[in-house]
Amino acid sequence: MNDNLGKWAVLAVVAMMLVGGVIGFVWLPRVVYSDQGFFAAWCSALGVPRSWAAFGARPVAKISSDVVITHELLEPARPADVGHGATLALRCTMCHGPTGISYANSPNLAGQYAVVIYKQLRDYKSGMRANAIMSEMARSLSDTDMREVADYYASLPRPAGFQLTGAAPAVVKWGAPMRNIAPCGSCHGDIDHTLASPWLKGEPRAYLRAELTAFASDQRHNDINAQMRAIADRMTPEEIDQAAAYYAGEH
Amino acid sequence: MYNVRRLVLAHFGFAFGAFALALLLGEWQMIVRSPLHGWLDNPEHYYRSVTAHGTVMGYVFPTLVAMGFGYAISVVTLNRNLVGLRTAWIAFWMVVVGTVLAAVIVASGHASVLYSFYPPLVGNALYYIGVALIVVGSWVWVALLTINLAAWRKDNPGKKVPFTMYANVAGSYLWGWTAVGVVLEILFQILPVALGFKTTVDAGLARVLFSWTLHAIVYFWLIPAYIAYYTILPRAIGSRLYSDTMGRLAFVLFLVFAMPIGIHHLYDDPMVGSGIKMMHGVFTAMVTVPTLLTIFTIAASAELAARQRGGRGLLGWVKALPWENPVMLGVAFSFVMLGFGGAGGLINMTYQTDSTIHNTQWITGHFHLIFPGAIVIMYFVIVYDLWPALAGRALGSLALVRTQLWLWFVGMMILTIPWHIAGLYGMPRRMAYYDYTAPALAPDAWTVDASVLGGALVVISGFLFVYILLSSLRRERIAPPAYRFSEALHESPVVPRALNGFAVWLALMFTLTLVNYGFPIWELRKIPTTSVPAVYVGGGQ
Repeated sequence: MNDNLGKWAVLAVVAMMLVGGVIGFVWLPRVVYSDQGFFAAWCSALGVPRSWAAFGARPVAKISSDVVITHELLEPARPADVGHGATLALRCTMCHGPTGISYANSPNLAGQYAVVIYKQLRDYKSGMRANAIMSEMARSLSDTDMREVADYYASLPRPAGFQLTGAAPAVVKWGAPMRNIAPCGSCHGDIDHTLASPWLKGEPRAYLRAELTAFASDQRHNDINAQMRAIADRMTPEEIDQAAAYYAGEH
Repeated sequence: MYNVRRLVLAHFGFAFGAFALALLLGEWQMIVRSPLHGWLDNPEHYYRSVTAHGTVMGYVFPTLVAMGFGYAISVVTLNRNLVGLRTAWIAFWMVVVGTVLAAVIVASGHASVLYSFYPPLVGNALYYIGVALIVVGSWVWVALLTINLAAWRKDNPGKKVPFTMYANVAGSYLWGWTAVGVVLEILFQILPVALGFKTTVDAGLARVLFSWTLHAIVYFWLIPAYIAYYTILPRAIGSRLYSDTMGRLAFVLFLVFAMPIGIHHLYDDPMVGSGIKMMHGVFTAMVTVPTLLTIFTIAASAELAARQRGGRGLLGWVKALPWENPVMLGVAFSFVMLGFGGAGGLINMTYQTDSTIHNTQWITGHFHLIFPGAIVIMYFVIVYDLWPALAGRALGSLALVRTQLWLWFVGMMILTIPWHIAGLYGMPRRMAYYDYTAPALAPDAWTVDASVLGGALVVISGFLFVYILLSSLRRERIAPPAYRFSEALHESPVVPRALNGFAVWLALMFTLTLVNYGFPIWELRKIPTTSVPAVYVGGGQ
C-alpha cells in the first residue's frame, strides 16, 4: 500500500505552517504596522509587549488613594493589637460611640471590616479624603496605630437585633443594568462581598446619603478607580435615598 | 459484552443521571433570564447554576459517555476481555468522586466561577481538585485503551487494527493531550492561589492555557458521535461503510488539527499577537477537511443502502432510506444541526466576523447547537444501539424512541436558532438578567421566550430518553446477538502503514502545539507584570 502517506502528511502540514506563518508574521504585519519597521511589526505579530512611550507621554491619572488593597494588606489581628487599638479608640467614642455604634449620624464602626477602617484612616491622613474632624484625628496616627484601631473595631460585635425591614429596593437588589449600575449587594454583602467594600447594614441614613451624594458630585474621591463615583453619579436622588434608607433599616 | 457490561452500564448510568439533573438547571437558567420571569433577587444563584450545568455537561457527561463507549468498542472490536478491568473501575470512581466534590462545592456557593474558571476569579480549591480528578480518571481510560490495543497487537502482529478501535484510540489521544492545558492551568495558575500559596494570577496565561483545552474538548465530545456515524449507521441501515481508509484519515486529521487552534477563542484578547491568531485561524479552517470527508463518506454509505432498497435519481434515493430506523433518524438530525452549527462556526473562526458576535449569546447558541444538538443526539443513538447488548433487554416502542429524537431535534432548533439571533442583536452572554423594558432591547425579548419553549421540549425529550431505558428494564430478558460494528464496503486486509498506527499524527500534533502555543506561553510566563491579584468568590479566602 501507499506507505508515503506519512511523509506527504508531514510535508503538507509544514507547507500550511509556512503559508500561515508568512501571512501572519510577514505580510499582514507589514501592511498593518508599515510605519514602524519590519522588526517592530514582527514583534507585534508575535505579541511581544511594546513600549507605548513612543506615542507620547501618558497623562498621569489623578490618584484617588495611595492604599493598595490586597488580601495580605493586614495581618490577622493579635489580642495585643486589639487591646492597643481599644486604648487608641477612646478618642473616637465621642462620635462613633463607646461600643462603635454611633448616636451622632457618624458611621457605626463595630464589626466593620478592618481593611475598610484602615484604608479610610490612611486616606484621611494623606488628604485623599477630607473631613473637618477626621483629617485632624488621623494626622497624628502612625501606620501601626491605624492597623490596631481597625483591628479593634473589627473585633466588636455588630449592632445586635438590627434587622433590615421591607424588601430591598431595586437598586440594591438589581442595580440598573442599562445605566451600568451594579447591585449594591454584589459588593456590600447579601449577594457577594468584595475586598475593601464596607459593611453597610445599620449605617445611619444621613451618613449614607451624604456620602453617596459626595461621590456623585466628586466632592469625595478616594474610591480606587472611581468605582463608587461611577455608580453614584448615575444614581437618581430617589435611588440614593432609597438605598440609604434601606441600609439604615428605615425603608 | 465480555467483562465490561457492568462497567459500561455504570458509566452510562452516572453520565445520564447527571445529565438529567443538569438539563433541568439549563432550562431553569433560560426561564429566569427570560421576560417570563422577574429579575432574580440573587444573581449569584444563576452563576452557581451555570457553573454546575457547565461542569456536568462539559466535563462529566461527555467524558463518561466517551469512556463507557470506548471500553465497549475495545472489547467488541478486539474480541477479547478488557485488560485492567479493576483499574477501569478505579478510574470510574475517581470521576464520580470528582463530580460529587465539585458539585457540592458549587452548590454551596464557593465556586461560582463558571466552567471556564475565569481567573482572576478564584473559587474554593476543592472545586478545582474535583475537576482535576475527573480529568485524571479519564487519563486512566486513555492509558487502558493504549494497553489493550498493544496487547491485541502483540497477539496479532502485522494485522490491521479494526477501524472502530483505531478511531476510538485516536479520540482518546486527542483528549489525553487536550486536557493537558486545563490541568496546567489548574495546577500552576489556579490551585496555588486557591490554596493560599500565592495571591496573584496571570489571567492572560491562564486563558491561553485554557484555550488549549477549550476548543479541542469539543472534538473530544464529537468523536463518539463520529464513531457512531461511521460504524453504527451503515450496519443499522443494512449498508456498509463506504471507505475505511477515508474514515481513518478523518480521525487522524482531527487528532492533528483539533488542538492547536484554541486561540481563536481569544481573538479579542490583547495578550496574544495577531500573527499567532492568524496561525490558529488557518488551522481552525483545516478542521473543515475531516468534517467534510465524514459527511461525504457517511452520505455515500447511506446512498449504498438506499440504492439497494430501490432508491433512484440524483437525490431521490434519500426517500428510500429506512427513516423508521431511529439510528437513521438520529444521524439525519445530527447532520442538520452539524450543518447549521458548522456554518456558524465558520463565522466564529474568522477574525473579522467573530468581532460582531464575540461574547454574545450567539456563542452560547452555537455550542448548544453543536454539542447538545448534533453530538448528544448521537449519544442517545449510541446508547439505544448498545442497550440490548448491555441491559439484555429490547427497547420497547420504537415509535417512542423516534418521538424522543424528534423532540430533541425540534427542541434544539427552537432553543438555539433564536439564541443565535439574540447574539446578532448584541445580547451579551452570561447575564443573570436583562432589561427587556428598555426600548432598544425590547425586540430581543421574543428570542429568549422562544428558547424557553425549545428548552422545555429538550427537557421532555431528555426525560423521555431516561424513561425509555428504565421502562425497558421491566421487559423480559433476551439473549441479543453478539454486538458488532459496521464493515467496510471493501474490507481490505491492509491499510497504509501510517493509518494503522499513530506515530506520525501524534508527532504532528505535538509539533503544531509547540508552534502555535509555544511562544505565547513562553512569553507570558516570562513577563512578570502580567499577574493580577486574585478575586475570591465570596470575598474571602
